[in-house]
Amino acid sequence: MMAGIILACSVVLLLQFFVSYCRSLITASSRQVLSPEVQDVTGIQRTASGDDYKRVMQLLQLCPERPEDRNSIQAVSAYFKMLNCLRSTVARIVPSMQAWTDVERGHCAYFAAVALERRISFSRDMLAQQMDA
Amino acid sequence: MLGPYQYTVWLICTLLEVAVLVCAFKKNALRRYLVLNIYMAASVVVSIGRFNILRHSGYDSREYLYFYYYSDFLLTILLFFALTSLYSHIFAELEVGRYVRTGALVLLSGTALFSYGVVHQSATRLVTHFVVEISQNLYFVGLVLTYVLWAAVLKLRETRTRLIQLILSTGLYFSMFAANYALQNLYQSRAPIFEYLPQLIGCFLPLSWAYAFWRLPEDARTVPSRLAMVPR
Repeated sequence: MMAGIILACSVVLLLQFFVSYCRSLITASSRQVLSPEVQDVTGIQRTASGDDYKRVMQLLQLCPERPEDRNSIQAVSAYFKMLNCLRSTVARIVPSMQAWTDVERGHCAYFAAVALERRISFSRDMLAQQMDA
Repeated sequence: MLGPYQYTVWLICTLLEVAVLVCAFKKNALRRYLVLNIYMAASVVVSIGRFNILRHSGYDSREYLYFYYYSDFLLTILLFFALTSLYSHIFAELEVGRYVRTGALVLLSGTALFSYGVVHQSATRLVTHFVVEISQNLYFVGLVLTYVLWAAVLKLRETRTRLIQLILSTGLYFSMFAANYALQNLYQSRAPIFEYLPQLIGCFLPLSWAYAFWRLPEDARTVPSRLAMVPR
């Protein structure tokens, strides 16, 4: 009984912390303006749609990985999957949830585009270092 | 006997703990978040100690068992004080540090008494049972305290991004451990998943703290209400 209550509380608070933590990761990137070339590649200007996410992630996987952002990309990917799950279940009954998940999915896509930008400049730096060597 | 998976995760976790200290030192956050860094340094020392005992006495030895649980107990208490130090950061301007410390000690004593109440009927290895019980209970108390702290962050409109991320990752860590212990108690299980999972969860805290120290400057700011599950 007691373990059940603790489990329920822990799972609810885990979800709360998880959503807030992912949002704190996303917020940091939302202020960054994308370069014109990344805007061209991704088709994202100022705001992104959740439907862009999959495409941007595919582009992201084409670039060499940066160890620094692996953790945050994994966390945001898990968050995006959770939003998709909510969108196809609870959001069908609660319309306000539908709007909320759409906005959040768009933020995830923008986060992925910023990560793509960082990876591109990281690849350029690596290439420049190799050329110098 | 530990397998290659356990050794690899153990090594990664220890390296991440060292990384937290290095990142904090490089970014001049060693003194500002002193208790957090003391906790990480203690984790590194405990990790090395455990490995030494494992090598000399073996995984199934009584020495390793005792060292594991007693060191885990000490680390949990240290993490509890690390959480208290995050309270001090949030309430620094209100000058209530003394009350925070007193409250933490009262809560720690209360948890110890409660844990003793649960295990006092054990005829054998009372202290060991007590140490295991109090560690598990402290994770849940830590989780509740972190949630209260998060509520305070939202209420006081705390904007320091690094501090916010440290609090949120600590909350995630406590909630994952509390859920894991609750599941274990609920099913009374010794399934391998309950041995693998805590090791993985253990990597999360140093990973997220290292990220917070390395990537987020001390002057970075966030509007906390935007991070809440229900936008305010």
